[in-house]
Amino acid sequence: MTTPTAVALEDTTVAFRLGDDRVYTAVEKARLTVAPGEFVAIVGPTGCGKSTLLNVAAGLLKPAAGNVTVFDRPLTGLNRDAGYLFQADALFPWKTAIDNVAIGLEIKGTPRTEALARAQTWLTSVGLGAFAGRYPHMLSGGQRKRVALAQVLIRDPKILLMDEPFGPLDAQTRQVMGNLLLDLWNADRKAVLFVTHDLEEAIALADRVVIMSAGPSSRIIGDWRVTLPRPRDIFEVRLDKEFHALHREIWGVLKDEVMKGYAQSTQAAEAV
Amino acid sequence: MSRVTLLSLQVLVAVVGIVLWQVLSTVPVFGKILLPPFFFSNPADVFSQIVKWFSTGVIWKHLGITLVESVLAFVIGSVGGALVGFWFARQPRVAAVFDPYIKMVNALPRVVLAPIFALWLGLGIWSKVALGVTLVFFIVFFNVYQGVKEVSRTVLDNGRMLGMSEGQLTRHVYFPSALSWMFSSLHTSVGFAVVGAVVGEYLGSAAGLGYLIQQAEGIFDVAGVFAGMFVLSAFVILIDFGVTLVERRLLVWRPTVEGPR
Repeated sequence: MTTPTAVALEDTTVAFRLGDDRVYTAVEKARLTVAPGEFVAIVGPTGCGKSTLLNVAAGLLKPAAGNVTVFDRPLTGLNRDAGYLFQADALFPWKTAIDNVAIGLEIKGTPRTEALARAQTWLTSVGLGAFAGRYPHMLSGGQRKRVALAQVLIRDPKILLMDEPFGPLDAQTRQVMGNLLLDLWNADRKAVLFVTHDLEEAIALADRVVIMSAGPSSRIIGDWRVTLPRPRDIFEVRLDKEFHALHREIWGVLKDEVMKGYAQSTQAAEAV
Repeated sequence: MSRVTLLSLQVLVAVVGIVLWQVLSTVPVFGKILLPPFFFSNPADVFSQIVKWFSTGVIWKHLGITLVESVLAFVIGSVGGALVGFWFARQPRVAAVFDPYIKMVNALPRVVLAPIFALWLGLGIWSKVALGVTLVFFIVFFNVYQGVKEVSRTVLDNGRMLGMSEGQLTRHVYFPSALSWMFSSLHTSVGFAVVGAVVGEYLGSAAGLGYLIQQAEGIFDVAGVFAGMFVLSAFVILIDFGVTLVERRLLVWRPTVEGPR
């Protein structure tokens, strides 16, 4: 391959050791590349190992087999080129919004006054300029996500890893956040790996949608290119004919896996 | 309930209690005094004893000594407990080795140590400080240990992904988390520092509130014992109020500031 890649997973297998010496294979031989500036969404049924794959790309998890390369260099330890937006609340509760955003610069040795000034600019660009002095518990779920987004982006990572970042938010806030993300992304087009269980969200946001099969030993079973024109507005793009055609096509594949996923989880529940 | 109603009801409880005590200890009911003055004294005597202590100024010296002992016990115990707690939490092997001994010492009723401390450190303030330290140390130790252990996995991962080194994780993640647990036990540990000081004084000393109570008891001066108890209670309430103010300032980032009381 000669095309440059931001992140490449080559036949990556992830396994966990269970208590009684059995091994649970979460993801089997996943092959996935993200080009620089490309927005890739991973969609799959619950428990299919989407987040696992993302943690491998972040360097938080070591794969049992296969290679991970970042900008064509093998990944060892944490992925220093990546920013990670977590599904759960990951802000430091003892720091104010502005301190939470500035911390990424401060630990690199940026003088505090400069770090705070740039943090203020970032808070303003996520629409929270007036909330700098609030602690996380004084902010709504959507506002906390905005702070988290600013916290990650202020470090200017070349790769953005997002684990169902808008999952806990209500439907309207998700769309607003999606548009905010697209606006910010449009400014400098980082490579994005975006995990979600929401197919509509994936198509509306991404350049490519990757589908995973139900776990265990889930694999990547589909890869669609989304050619909807950019810049997009999430509210409008959902009305597009091409959007509907693509949605129907991908859903045809995804539906079976979702059903399998549900069947497995209900069986597991009955076994318990 | 409004603030005013609450406060007046609280005062009412005190008034009823004191009036009942005064009446039952001075007015015979069916020809018999229910609370014999020899055992129960009466509020008027207790009050005049307190006034005498404060007007002659005797009490200040004793209060001062007890305060110094409590503060020293609190500071030394907290710093020691925090350091060891932090160390153990970050070094599970060390914690595993010392675990049975920590449990053993913590299970020991600290009062039995008082004679040993008196023997080692004399009858001055340091034997009382030592007793207070043994109480405060474990409260702070367990809380800091827990605080470091219970740091949210996501917050830690976030720190790592933001590029924090182990040292920076300690400073920005482990340390604030441990401190918040420590502060939430502030009321308990300050209370125990006072307990250590007073019990130590009671068992052998030449000054302090515990000494005052012990002296009064030695000559069957029940009014003196009750007066000492009331001064001690007021002293603890004042310190507790101070702790609440400090806590409010330090834990502003918490959703609700609640002390384990």
